[in-house]
Amino acid sequence: MDTGTGNITAGIDIGSITAKAVLLRNGEIAGTCVRFTGYNAKNAGRAVFDELLKEAGIAKEHVSVVVSTGYGRKAVDFADKAITEITCHGAGAWFMDPEVRFVIDVGGQDSKVMRLDENGKVVDFAMNDKCAAGTGRFLEVMARAMEADLDDFGVLSLSGEPARISSICTVFAESEVISLIAAGASRENIVSGIHEAAASRISAMAKRVGVAVPVMMTGGVAKNRGMIVALENKLGVSLIVSSYAQVNGALGAALLASRMG
Amino acid sequence: MSDHSKVNADAGKDPGKIRSVSRLKEIMTHYYIDAKTARDNSKKVAWITSGGPVEPLIAMDVIPVYPENHGAMVGASKMGVDLCRQAEVMGYSPDLCSYARADIACAVTQGGPIGGLPEPDFLVCCNNICGTVLKWYEVAARHFKVPLFILDTPFIHGEMTEEARRYVMSQVEEYIGFLEKQCGRKMDYDRMDEVGRLSVEGLRLWQAVLDTAAHKPSPITAFDAFFHLALIVTLRGTQVAVDYYKELLDEMHERLEQGIAVVPGEKYRLLWDNLPVWYRTNWLSEKFASHHACLVADTYTSAWSGILPLIDENRFLESMSVSYSSVYINISHDRMIDKLREMIEKYDADGLVMHSNRSCKPYSLGQYDLQKMVMDQLGIPSLIIEADMVDERHFAESQIETRIDAFMETL
Repeated sequence: MDTGTGNITAGIDIGSITAKAVLLRNGEIAGTCVRFTGYNAKNAGRAVFDELLKEAGIAKEHVSVVVSTGYGRKAVDFADKAITEITCHGAGAWFMDPEVRFVIDVGGQDSKVMRLDENGKVVDFAMNDKCAAGTGRFLEVMARAMEADLDDFGVLSLSGEPARISSICTVFAESEVISLIAAGASRENIVSGIHEAAASRISAMAKRVGVAVPVMMTGGVAKNRGMIVALENKLGVSLIVSSYAQVNGALGAALLASRMG
Repeated sequence: MSDHSKVNADAGKDPGKIRSVSRLKEIMTHYYIDAKTARDNSKKVAWITSGGPVEPLIAMDVIPVYPENHGAMVGASKMGVDLCRQAEVMGYSPDLCSYARADIACAVTQGGPIGGLPEPDFLVCCNNICGTVLKWYEVAARHFKVPLFILDTPFIHGEMTEEARRYVMSQVEEYIGFLEKQCGRKMDYDRMDEVGRLSVEGLRLWQAVLDTAAHKPSPITAFDAFFHLALIVTLRGTQVAVDYYKELLDEMHERLEQGIAVVPGEKYRLLWDNLPVWYRTNWLSEKFASHHACLVADTYTSAWSGILPLIDENRFLESMSVSYSSVYINISHDRMIDKLREMIEKYDADGLVMHSNRSCKPYSLGQYDLQKMVMDQLGIPSLIIEADMVDERHFAESQIETRIDAFMETL
């Protein structure tokens, strides 16, 4: 569809913590938007879309196709199609770098790994199951226990020697952290240990699917430098961090939407 | 990947319900009434594990009752969480098999969908399906103060050795002696031969029903098979089961002739591994059907008939030692992958869905290895769903939904 403004499509990713939206115009990113999901996924989808359109100065009727993704994908009632975050993250990573063959996405409530073919199609994947260990939520809980700002949390981990945290359960790991604090372990070492514990969990899942290079890291947790380093150490490969890491799922959704138009 | 141009011309046509369902319900109701009123009719009741050799019981006119079939009923009636919790209150670990927890709770409280199973006169436990049954049956033996017979089948790594065969055979002889003592009379071996023949006939008919799924489009899904399996488990070796499966097979042939697709517009054909998620069979069935995916076969319902090639119907008791030892979850991964290969080829499957069942460790252990072998050797993608057969607390709907949707997107 050509409205004089080019072919415009949108991707909307409703995650457990944030709602993300991306506009693509003629194969270029024309705008991104992130806001908290809150308790109403349906409203979050509308709000993030409206805000994005306003910021980009594009009228709703000029958007030809909308694809929704994320755990709240079915709540986006104005979307033309719902596609899982697995497929969308693969497409988003491929858009950023078509050479990428493996994606590690760590979001608020899940972490997932995907192996891609040369077209960005997912060949195999794995997701964490019924457990918050190795997710953004795990890091949030731990940052709170350590009274650290989430933004500084990763950097803090880089200056420590990882303390041993053996539990894979977020709740039990928090108890372990509290015991370590009581035992007088340094803050840096504990934070470093937390990152290593999460990275162990994610890297085991990645190895199960079979890591192929180059590897891209996406999702909100890609903002955490400590996690990137911990994962690189565990996997023995360097990670490409998408400059659109947090909105990668929405970006993939917008890209898949452009192929439907 | 197989040819997907097989989309049925009748796409959208309602396949309708399988007629035989009502007949099966009727038979199962009578079966449980007979079992519950056994004492009034001077009949003995034996509890037996699902993979146990039931034929000698039938030959001795004992009514076999299956705590595992009962567990499946608990799951399907969505009563699992409550009963499992009751067992946990008694002190049983939440990590214990949910069939065992639900059944133990029912035995004590007379709860569950049928107010508890009829009390056993004795128990028969065969460990070809798992090790949990040993402790579970010991608990039941203590609770009901009844004798327990344990038939120990060694794990089959490659071929069954002659020593192992003799070891199991000697136990089969002990088993007959045990039954004779419990029933106070001798085994009628002519009757035993007859029961053996009926068992084989029932299993052959059941396998023929399952085989109709090789047709494209398939007239039956694994979700149907989970239900129709009931008589192979409970009434194997009886004329009732033979008659029923004849009827069901006729109905499947009718469906084939009419070109009825159980999943309208069948596009993908998948295999299922492990026990059903009993409380979510409808949800899962609809979920896969929404992707035009038909679960054409599974390793579970075919486990009973899978041992057919090892049974000699003319020497039933003797061949029983090998056949009962060689059930699907008592064999090595190499043999499991052979079975999977055979099924993938026979049913022309496009993918494999594995239920990693928290309750059933022997079935779930090694699924990641099997998944890798299936991909590497057969090029078939697979999906692992983490859940439990009875305990709904282990089923996370939105996570499972995302996995299924994503898997279907990759096919």
